[in-house]
Amino acid sequence: MAKYQLNVNGERREVSVDPSTPLLWVLREDLKMTGTKFGCGISACGACTVHVAGVATRSCVLPIALLGERPVVTIEAVAQDPVGRAVQDAWVEKDVVQCGYCQSGQIMSAVALLKHTPKPTDTNIDESMGGNVCRCATYVRIREAVRAAAQKLK
Amino acid sequence: MTRTRVAGLFVAVLFCAFGAWAFASGSRAGALAAQRSAGRRADGLAAWEQVYGVLTHPRCINCHTATDYPQQGDERRRHFANVVRGPDGHGVPGLNCASCHQESNADSTGVPGGHNWHLAPLSMKWQDANDRPLSSAAVCRAVTDRSKNHNMDGPKLLKHHEEEALVLWAWQPGRRPDGTLRETPPITHAEFVNATRRWVEAGTPCPAR
Amino acid sequence: MTNSKTKVEAPRPDRRSFLRATATAAGGLLVSLYLNNAATAQEGVKPEQIPPQPKKEYPPDAFVRVTPDNKVVIQVNRLEFGQGVQTALPLILADELDADWSQVVAELAPAADVYKDPLFGIQMVGGSGSIAHSYQQYRELGAKTRAMLVAAAAARWNVAPDKCRTASSVVHGPAGQSLKYGELAAAAARQPVPKTVRLKEPSEFKLIGKKVKRLDSRAKCDGSLKFGIDLDLPGMLVAVVARPPVWGAKVKRFDDRAARAVEGVREVFEIPVTRGGTGVAVVADKFWPAKRARDLLKIEWDDAGVERADSAKLFEQYRQLARRAGLSAAARGDAKAIERVAPADLLVAEYEFPYLPHAPMEPLNTTVRFDGDAAEVWAGSQFQTLDHAAVAEVLSLKPERVTFHTEMAGGGFGRRAVPDSHVQRESAAIAKRFKGTPVKLVWSREDDIRGGYYRPMHVHRVEIGVGRDGLPDAWRHVVVGQSILAGTPFAMMMKDGVDNSAVEGVNDTHYAVPNFNVSVHHPQVNVPVLWWRSVGHTHSAFVMETLIEELATRAKMDPIAYRRRLIRPEPEAKKLLSALDLMDEKSAGWRNRLPKGHAVGFACHESFGTGVACAAEVSIRNKRPLIHRVTVAVNCGLAVNPLTVESQFQAGVGFGLSQLMAGGAITLKDGVVEQRNFDTYVPPYMPDAPVAVDVHIVPSADAPTGCGEPPVPVISPAIVNALTKLTGKRYRTLPLVAV
Repeated sequence: MAKYQLNVNGERREVSVDPSTPLLWVLREDLKMTGTKFGCGISACGACTVHVAGVATRSCVLPIALLGERPVVTIEAVAQDPVGRAVQDAWVEKDVVQCGYCQSGQIMSAVALLKHTPKPTDTNIDESMGGNVCRCATYVRIREAVRAAAQKLK
Repeated sequence: MTRTRVAGLFVAVLFCAFGAWAFASGSRAGALAAQRSAGRRADGLAAWEQVYGVLTHPRCINCHTATDYPQQGDERRRHFANVVRGPDGHGVPGLNCASCHQESNADSTGVPGGHNWHLAPLSMKWQDANDRPLSSAAVCRAVTDRSKNHNMDGPKLLKHHEEEALVLWAWQPGRRPDGTLRETPPITHAEFVNATRRWVEAGTPCPAR
Repeated sequence: MTNSKTKVEAPRPDRRSFLRATATAAGGLLVSLYLNNAATAQEGVKPEQIPPQPKKEYPPDAFVRVTPDNKVVIQVNRLEFGQGVQTALPLILADELDADWSQVVAELAPAADVYKDPLFGIQMVGGSGSIAHSYQQYRELGAKTRAMLVAAAAARWNVAPDKCRTASSVVHGPAGQSLKYGELAAAAARQPVPKTVRLKEPSEFKLIGKKVKRLDSRAKCDGSLKFGIDLDLPGMLVAVVARPPVWGAKVKRFDDRAARAVEGVREVFEIPVTRGGTGVAVVADKFWPAKRARDLLKIEWDDAGVERADSAKLFEQYRQLARRAGLSAAARGDAKAIERVAPADLLVAEYEFPYLPHAPMEPLNTTVRFDGDAAEVWAGSQFQTLDHAAVAEVLSLKPERVTFHTEMAGGGFGRRAVPDSHVQRESAAIAKRFKGTPVKLVWSREDDIRGGYYRPMHVHRVEIGVGRDGLPDAWRHVVVGQSILAGTPFAMMMKDGVDNSAVEGVNDTHYAVPNFNVSVHHPQVNVPVLWWRSVGHTHSAFVMETLIEELATRAKMDPIAYRRRLIRPEPEAKKLLSALDLMDEKSAGWRNRLPKGHAVGFACHESFGTGVACAAEVSIRNKRPLIHRVTVAVNCGLAVNPLTVESQFQAGVGFGLSQLMAGGAITLKDGVVEQRNFDTYVPPYMPDAPVAVDVHIVPSADAPTGCGEPPVPVISPAIVNALTKLTGKRYRTLPLVAV
């Protein structure tokens, strides 16, 4: 066990966990923030996506020991900035979700996309969202929602 | 054009290294020098083949693709989850290399990592569009072409092979998700540096074809 | 276990005892299923085939609660896992209740008799029956509740109830009085439940038939919604299980010293797992230590006498079997007609389909707390009645001592409807060791991908004699595939040894072929199999719709016109024909102006009482199909929530593409599954999905039918039909490894 000082959603949090523990499980089980989801554990589905120092990051493969000082933003707080809010609203407006389990990760990826690429092309959307699995395959509506959020942020 | 430049580089290095001695020793000495330089070139080419063996090892060539995606694993399969090259070889927002690859290996989760993890530029592709490694001659030409290699001359190439974090990573590639150690290139890093040095000292010769 | 005479391998020796245990476990609770609904408790039964049911009375107070602050809390009698029932059933009830939709709260009901599916007789989701079976039920519940509220208001105002009207959770009296439902709730609860009640005319609907957004959307977008796996209870422990590499193998011995040394690990012990095998459970205070410890276990397995299934060998055996007739699943006309067809008029086609995993996004999980004389369970279950009984049995408790909560589930596609309740059994066996402490069992993705319960692999062999008019005159069709029902409490649904779920979509086709013969072999294989969203239609529609398009091409006829000509002109085909017509109309604009390198493929298929037709525009990029557009037309009777219908079809066709993915198969080598996770079993990602899907609903006032499964069957054949136009090749082996 080792102690780690984390900055999660702007708050200082301290956890005592094994250094090998992925950030995902620290969030879910130590900090009780379950909005970030466990889907595959090998970064192949994107359900666990959070922002680490602004980079969309697969938290299931990031051992806490490698996080360092970098701040973490999760789905629970992503709407605190205008891009996150717009994306979340677009998701609701377009009635995107079905089972909804992957959508935290989808939204985190979409926010990362729009922060860097405010006017994404369809190719941009396909590439940036291309690593997030939605088993219900709500992809048509996800695309629409990303476009709608971009439109709204113009 | 590539060939001309490489030849030029070769001549220049040869001149710098042996020019004065050759001038002083007259024609017989010149013939000896030519013989020696041919020997040196042969040694350089042999050293290059060792370098080539490393460059085309999966730990290296997986990120020197000719396509818009990296590869992974010893079988050099396409990287999973639709990972793409992106405009500068670092992936795209939302799916960057750094989305998974940290500054060092994440052995508890089996994800390799190193400083500035990224794909080599297309100018440094060592494979064809069908993911087949290019020939020794073609890789050599690419590596020594200063219009493609970030303007690196022989000594800079040597330094790159000695110190660049992602080069060093190939010999510390960490653990696979199942906990086993990843394969490393066929020779040690010291041997690789040594081979590179011999090749550079021989004027970075490239096989004819 | 099947009545089929054909056997590929000998059954495993311990299978019989396992089945007996299952029957004992579920027997008590399955009585109603057996007695009332023998013919219907099977996926794939069409509503029109369901015999009239004895009228049941449902107490409104079990389904709807009006709170003093005017909220209307509605119990949903089945699992929500994406299909939208958590919105659809409340909106049906709320419409008849005249409730203020913005004040409606939906809750997933726990396991209880009152929440059993009105037709299936057990509490479950399956067969796309949620709306089909509960539409009338929820309307009546809403109307009765409304009548009780009105009666309470009328009594208070001393006026006749029929002088009152309701709107938006308010009762209005004849003299302009008004009372909110919340103000009347207590008084209304004392009113008698009316025996009969008038239901609205469709013209009076305010919610039914309108596009209504999901109730669970916001909570699924801000991380606040709790799925089963998110459950966190005080003192809760987490368990993972190391399962045998081959089903049925047992732990011979294991070394857990390294595992126990992991900080946080509480206990390591052997438990029974599915198919008579055993595994090693690791229980820790959190998931990560449990998983780490499991990785450190050294287990020696005893697999003596355990059959090692092998995909390549099985396909070879299946192909051999397909060359002779199996158990009859349909026979019309002259069975010998096919043998008289001249070689030039004969089309022979052999298809191969692999095992498919469901791989729902939320990994399988169940939490159980055993309190000695009682227990509590939390599970995202499609089969509450069975899973509830299974936990009670493992814990040696009476079912009424077990409280079973239905948790929101992240997908399922059939994987949470498991007749042997193996996840809940494991979970109960583990929790039994920790009296008073809740234990959450989590299956990792690897456990899920390698864990079995797949869509069975199949071989179809079809011989078609083409008549002078280009239409099929003789059709002999042999299907080979494991029975899903055999060996489960549902085995009694099989008729003369035939598991209809293997041949549905073939033997009930609407295509008219004078001499038509379908038979099936059900080999026994040591691989657990299960229904995969749309069950038999996953493969049968692919076979039928690629062959029909091939026949149309051969006859040099337009593929839509060909289908129209071949579909029997009978009332039963109305839904399919109307969907075909609408698809034809809506896709005409684009499909007649295709860019170079693009082609259109068609498919139409009826499943679960819903008729579907689709047209797909496809090109080839990087040797893969690039799907530019899909037009879908659907006749599902009355579309209760057209927005959900649209969503289900837009996304459901994407799910259906799973079986075309190059890495979209489970294969076994020497008994062991070759895939591990999403790196080796690859589901569709965004770039694989259609760029756009436009959905068109045939206007209808018929009783609603399902929309969960019907999107899936049509897409694969439509894509492949387009690919064939582009490449000239036939694709009869899935997944599509190379185009």
